[in-house]
Amino acid sequence: MIGWMGKRKPLFLFGMLALLLAGCGKENLTAFEPKGYGAESSMNLIILSIIIMAFVFAIVLLVYVITLVRFRKKKGQEDFIPKQVEGNKTLETVWTVIPIILVLILAVPTVAATFDLADKSEAQDGINVEVTGNQYWWHFNYEGDEVQTSQDLYIPTGERVYLNMISSDVIHSLWVPSISGKMDVNPENVNTMYLQAHEEGVYWGKCAELCGPSHSLMDFKVVAVSPEEYEQWISDMQSVDPEAEPEDAVAQDGKALFEEKSCVACHAIGSSPNATGPNLTNFGDRSKIAGYLEPTEENLVEWLMDPEAIKPGNKMTGNYPEVSEEEAKQIANYLLQLKPSDISPESAGN
Amino acid sequence: MSIAAAQKKGFMAAVWDYLTTVDHKKIAKLYLFAGGFFFLLGGLEALFIRIQLISPENDFLTAGLYNEMITMHGTTMIFLAAMPLLLGLMNAIMPLQIGARDVAFPFLNSLGFWLFLFGGVLLNCSWFLGGAPDAGWTSYAPLSIQSPGHGVDFYIMGLQISGAGTLIGGINFLVTIVTMRAPGMTYMRMPLFTWTTFVTSVLILFAFPALTVGLFLLMFDRMFGAAFFDVTLGGNSVIWQHLFWIFGHPEVYILILPAFGIFSDIISTFSKKRLFGYTAMVFATILIAFLGFMVWAHHMFTVGLGPVANAIFAIATMAIAVPTGIKIFNWLATMWGGSITINSAMLWTLAFIPSFTIGGMTGVMLASAVADYQYHDTYFVVAHFHYVIVGGVVFGILAGLHYWWPKMFGRILNETLGKISFWLFFIGFHLTFFIQHFLGLMGMPRRYWVFLEDQGLDNGNLISTIGAFLMGIGGLIFVINIIYTSVKGEKASADPWDGRSLEWAIPSPPPFYNFKQTPLIRGLDPLWIEKTEGKGKITPAEPLGDIHMPDASILPFIMSFGFFVAGFGFIYQVDHSGWLAAIFIGIGIALICMLIRSLKDYHGFHIHKEDLEREAD
Repeated sequence: MIGWMGKRKPLFLFGMLALLLAGCGKENLTAFEPKGYGAESSMNLIILSIIIMAFVFAIVLLVYVITLVRFRKKKGQEDFIPKQVEGNKTLETVWTVIPIILVLILAVPTVAATFDLADKSEAQDGINVEVTGNQYWWHFNYEGDEVQTSQDLYIPTGERVYLNMISSDVIHSLWVPSISGKMDVNPENVNTMYLQAHEEGVYWGKCAELCGPSHSLMDFKVVAVSPEEYEQWISDMQSVDPEAEPEDAVAQDGKALFEEKSCVACHAIGSSPNATGPNLTNFGDRSKIAGYLEPTEENLVEWLMDPEAIKPGNKMTGNYPEVSEEEAKQIANYLLQLKPSDISPESAGN
Repeated sequence: MSIAAAQKKGFMAAVWDYLTTVDHKKIAKLYLFAGGFFFLLGGLEALFIRIQLISPENDFLTAGLYNEMITMHGTTMIFLAAMPLLLGLMNAIMPLQIGARDVAFPFLNSLGFWLFLFGGVLLNCSWFLGGAPDAGWTSYAPLSIQSPGHGVDFYIMGLQISGAGTLIGGINFLVTIVTMRAPGMTYMRMPLFTWTTFVTSVLILFAFPALTVGLFLLMFDRMFGAAFFDVTLGGNSVIWQHLFWIFGHPEVYILILPAFGIFSDIISTFSKKRLFGYTAMVFATILIAFLGFMVWAHHMFTVGLGPVANAIFAIATMAIAVPTGIKIFNWLATMWGGSITINSAMLWTLAFIPSFTIGGMTGVMLASAVADYQYHDTYFVVAHFHYVIVGGVVFGILAGLHYWWPKMFGRILNETLGKISFWLFFIGFHLTFFIQHFLGLMGMPRRYWVFLEDQGLDNGNLISTIGAFLMGIGGLIFVINIIYTSVKGEKASADPWDGRSLEWAIPSPPPFYNFKQTPLIRGLDPLWIEKTEGKGKITPAEPLGDIHMPDASILPFIMSFGFFVAGFGFIYQVDHSGWLAAIFIGIGIALICMLIRSLKDYHGFHIHKEDLEREAD
């Protein structure tokens, strides 16, 4: 191995490969550009394994090509009978032992990382968020703070935020590729993982376990802000007055309709730890509607009038009286002005 | 009844002949035909999936239909295409390779096929009866329990019935290889394809019961109000995943080991060399099979089993790379120093080596648990298992078909068409799946009905779809090749490839009694030994005498039909108790068939020595 670039060669290769892969995909979504502790751990192992495997593949390919070039049947030697070799002890030992060594090189850091990521010894003192997976939305309950959100998960950068996850229906799997690998969200037990983001930003999250027709639309966002901003945001959320009347008249009508059309039966505004439907306290700040649509009034009206067309198999369809376009606009107006904090996905900056 | 007499009969007689046959060669053809049909069906489903994913937020399929499509694609390809095609090749070739006149239980052989076919038909009936299963081929609870309609019920009953057929087939092959080897055919003289058939049968024997149990529990949950997997009533849904993967992982080896056997035979034949490291190859096969039972939880790294379980299963999984690597290097060493002929069969084999190596390497990458937290349930996994299953199993089946087609059907598949279909399929395959490794890590989970705009996933998916169509065209040309060959194909001699194993010592296609006289085996590659050191012909182990053959029977067909009827009964009795009658009628039919089979003596018949002598002229 010593020679060109000496001992630094593996490091150099490592860097080149990381650089090459970083060009893949969209920032804050792709796992190739890790921006959190878990994603980095995974990426290190991915790169290590690619290097080992590329080495093996190169050898296989080399032998393969030489064999095919040298030992194809030759013209004029159709009757040539090759020597019938039974085997070769030395060779066979070599290609048994070398793979064992290569596997060990990968196995040791794998085991170390597995135990490292499973370490929950600091969970007690850290930030804990109770996560509930639902068809097809996510509920986040910031334990001890009496703050709940859905779809947008706020975390401070640099800190481990422990997610204690359970499902209310089928199995889901929480995945924020840029920050951390995934973990299943089971209905029978609480699974704990942590997110630790290095940089501020809005990160894409996805459901990775088939959970029904709208599985692919169960996106969410992780909003990573500075620890100070996070404190600010928590206190803003805590001081929300759910009964506050909106300023303009359209939104006031919307608020009345929100109760009249029984939206309020499932959707809480203000703190409510258990929710049948997504908590809407900071709906106006949400980065997306229904998990994937731009937060415009137009989209929200469409969503309110025919949710089935936007998220097939969702639990909202048919569970409220019909709303006219006019009414939908009023409700939309009310919901979109629910902006309790200056800290929002927008301020976290893209 | 001589062969000539059978050929003179009409079409209906031929149909009756196939419905009642217990001849392993005819059952093999049934398996190949049915498996081929389901393969085309599964391929069509794959194309629908790829059309849906050709562009972001496409609406070619609805969300519900898409989930049905992916479920049926996976289920069909694994249970109704890949396995039956392999069982077909095993049926056609394995008895010939050990010098047997048929399998140990010809009646069960037929029963195994018809159970598989009726199970497969039952499963596909769901398309026309309110919708196919939609919980994925893995059918994870509680999604599979909550799935509305009868789709998942069809999955349960269809797989239960066809699974019983597979189990019967596996046991049959085991007994055949243990008891029916010709004199001198010791275990360590068996061709690798027979060895892998043997080990695969062991895997079937131990793996399928786990699936059977899982399906039973799911059946009781869905149809009879039990709550094994229902968390709200004290059940546990993770148990399903364990049961499924205790079956599911060995299943992967049930598919790939026979393909390894096929490649071993082909490489040895077309390099004109004895298989390098035969003993190591046999023990590597056994080791892979053994380890295959120790690694199921690597499908469950993200379930939350804890670091201890994840670490153990990660290391066990990585260990499988060692015997697999041994095989790859042994194949290369077999070719090294040989005189290599490259024809269609060999092209598929040569394509397999690098393709499967990539699949094996991504397998090791997936085994690294923490890395898997990123790969898991993304297109990386989709790419990985298609590299092993298409690059390994499908390439293996196609190689095997090109290699043994002359033996099975007496004609050689057209080389030109064979090469065209190979290149289209091969290029299409890499185009479809290589890019998917990257799509996965770029943030595309699997089983996504749509991917969103502006996530950087557009180009990769477009390329993947184009590749899928190339594969489709390649597959079609292979079908055209079959039709062309059966009409105009070149007639095959007994030994068109200068073969080494026993099947090339008898005419193509073989007479229905296979070997006029049971052969005497003098070593590994018996025909090669006789060609190079003996008198060019296999020495018989017995004088010419009467041959005892089993009776044909329609009972397996009727029995399977009974289970098919009962299957509908189980599915629909949930809606109306009147359907319970179908259960009783169906099971009744099956029981009556069993009773007839038990009470009636089947004597079989003899082919007389004089007839055999006359046919030789």
